[in-house]
Amino acid sequence: METMTGAKALMTAMEKEGVKQVFGLPGGANLPMYDEFARCNIRHILVRHEQSAAHMADGFGRVSRKPGVCFATSGPGATNILTGIATAQADSAPMVAITGQVPVAMIGRDAFQESDIIGMANPCVKYAFQPRTAQEIPSVVKKGFYIAETGRPGPVLIDIPKDVQQNEAPMEFPEIFKIRGYHPYSDPDIVNVERAIDMLLSSQKPVILAGGGTIISSAFAELQAIAETLMLPVVTTFKGKGAFPETHPLSLGPIGMHGHAEANKIMSEADCVLAIGTRFSDRSVGTFEAFEKNLKIIHMDVDPAEIGKNQTTQVAVIGDVKVSLRVMVKLLLQKAIKKTEENEWVKHVKETRAYWRENLKLHPGEMGAAKLLRKLRELLPKESIITTEVGQHQMWASLFYDVIQPGTFFSSTGLGTMGWGFPAAIGAKVARPDVPVVDIAGDGSFSMTENSLATAVLEDIPVIVFLLNNFTLGMVAQWQRTFYDRRMIGVDQGKCPDYVKLAQSYGAQGIRAQSMDELDKAIKDALSSDVATVIDIPIDPEEDVLPFVAPGTSLKDMILPS
Amino acid sequence: MWAILSILVENKPGILFQVTHLFRSRNFNIDSISVGVTENPELSKMTITTIGDEKQIDQIVKQLDKMIDTVKVERLDEHKSVFRELSIFKIKIRNANDSMEINKLANAYGGKVHDVKKDSIMVELTATPDQIKAFEELAKPFGIIDVARTGVAALQRSGAD
Repeated sequence: METMTGAKALMTAMEKEGVKQVFGLPGGANLPMYDEFARCNIRHILVRHEQSAAHMADGFGRVSRKPGVCFATSGPGATNILTGIATAQADSAPMVAITGQVPVAMIGRDAFQESDIIGMANPCVKYAFQPRTAQEIPSVVKKGFYIAETGRPGPVLIDIPKDVQQNEAPMEFPEIFKIRGYHPYSDPDIVNVERAIDMLLSSQKPVILAGGGTIISSAFAELQAIAETLMLPVVTTFKGKGAFPETHPLSLGPIGMHGHAEANKIMSEADCVLAIGTRFSDRSVGTFEAFEKNLKIIHMDVDPAEIGKNQTTQVAVIGDVKVSLRVMVKLLLQKAIKKTEENEWVKHVKETRAYWRENLKLHPGEMGAAKLLRKLRELLPKESIITTEVGQHQMWASLFYDVIQPGTFFSSTGLGTMGWGFPAAIGAKVARPDVPVVDIAGDGSFSMTENSLATAVLEDIPVIVFLLNNFTLGMVAQWQRTFYDRRMIGVDQGKCPDYVKLAQSYGAQGIRAQSMDELDKAIKDALSSDVATVIDIPIDPEEDVLPFVAPGTSLKDMILPS
Repeated sequence: MWAILSILVENKPGILFQVTHLFRSRNFNIDSISVGVTENPELSKMTITTIGDEKQIDQIVKQLDKMIDTVKVERLDEHKSVFRELSIFKIKIRNANDSMEINKLANAYGGKVHDVKKDSIMVELTATPDQIKAFEELAKPFGIIDVARTGVAALQRSGAD
């Protein structure tokens, strides 16, 4: 047993977990941890605001499916990462956030930069630790990483008082540990999988609804095998976008508030759904009562608490969805079930798909959102990773950017955190430096974390910001146009800042694209650039996102462009 | 619907906060709560009584079960469990007759009388919440000065699975 400080034990334990980098910002209460960067093989990536550190760790975690790590000091450093933690929790992203805390003896005395971060974060973490002795640190790190990445992933907070970082103790790094109350996986019940198959086969209009869990457990091949074997059309939630290649003839894309017209239509007509790794969010299904009416629901999920939470389920299969789908594939093979013939339903699905892909009315201008996103798709290699900010551009990305390679599209879908996309793109690029990473952005959302340009430039992380700039908080403006009689309050961003000059002032590349030709060139320049690039694309502030399912209505009530 | 939940939890700081916060954030109700350490000092047992429809109670059990610091969550069948709550009533008395009446009432419910004073009397009653409620109704006309209740403690009867 080696004697070392708590801070050294922390870094050693993280190295054992395979951590290669930490996103963070130092301060008084985490200096002992920071000092260890001088003596370990973990890279430190400095941010300009702790919220961005959390989003970077989140982006890294979603892409690599290993917890991303962020560091913050006590007090305001810790409270600044809360939004990032809540975002990761809402989207089940693996993350380990490590905060400094005032010394144990000072806790509860309202010390300088003291905040009860455990109390504040508890409702939005998967688990929180506050080791009170240095010896606890190795096992806390081990358990923390295990909890963050297993079962339904999520953020884990480790809050370490400064003296616990400084104190020396003989350290043991356990390989085996026990968490009595945590059983992240259960084996899928074969009987229920058989019932699910029977139900799908006996339905007239079955569909698959693939949620974010399909991407988290990378059950892409299994999903495709089942869709093709049973000739099932595939719709997704927004979080599940790209769980299935969107160029596939059975793919209809996301359902929901700004779902694809064809997806909302077919979902509304279906009589049976195989729902995979989804929590039936209100943004996806509209009103709960209308959605489940005349619909048989088969629900596969790793989290038993999701069964029956928002929708009444006829068959539930609990377990990692990749495992459950494998069991289903195996049973289909054993029973030699294969539906190759195009029945009436599949024919109808394909016609609906073709109709709406051709005939959805789009913005007439040269720089309409659909044209811009289709141009981006055309020029990006299929393995490129997309993150998005939150707002109109996000929904346009959902509507008009086809994901070809599954698991390459990420967004803050649950919490809807503006400012997420850019730092998450930086985290994603750190996880996959070999592929282009593009943040599809809007000006309002990008401006919330734009100072991450400093991180992208100084740390050589060349991501691309594809900025659909309408100088407006566009989604809010759309609601004000639609529901508030065009009274536009608090949405005008002025023409401020100039995003090209902003990018340049950080040492990044800034390009303005005002025509399709300029955009074509800008994307190509960005793809070959060694530095981060902001492509500023002025667009019409009056363009709405359509189709639209208004809140409190059902998918059937979708408003289409007129 | 009234339900009794028996929850075995890790005996560590903050666990009561975590459990009660879950009820708040998920929009559930706590009717009563009692907590005590078990025969294993690493574990505590919480007994929570709650009110909700079947679907809500199913969700409460699942959400509690999902918590990492809960080791076991059981919904007890009230017909197959022993469940009791301790209550202490301080009741107004005006004369010896009142005192005698309250003594009788306490006896009828298996309660014990303490701290008999000139103008008040205390009754300790361990019973089911329904019985405590019934006792309270009968004691009300005398004038209840104060009440303290512990919340329900419950265990499933052997062989009642």
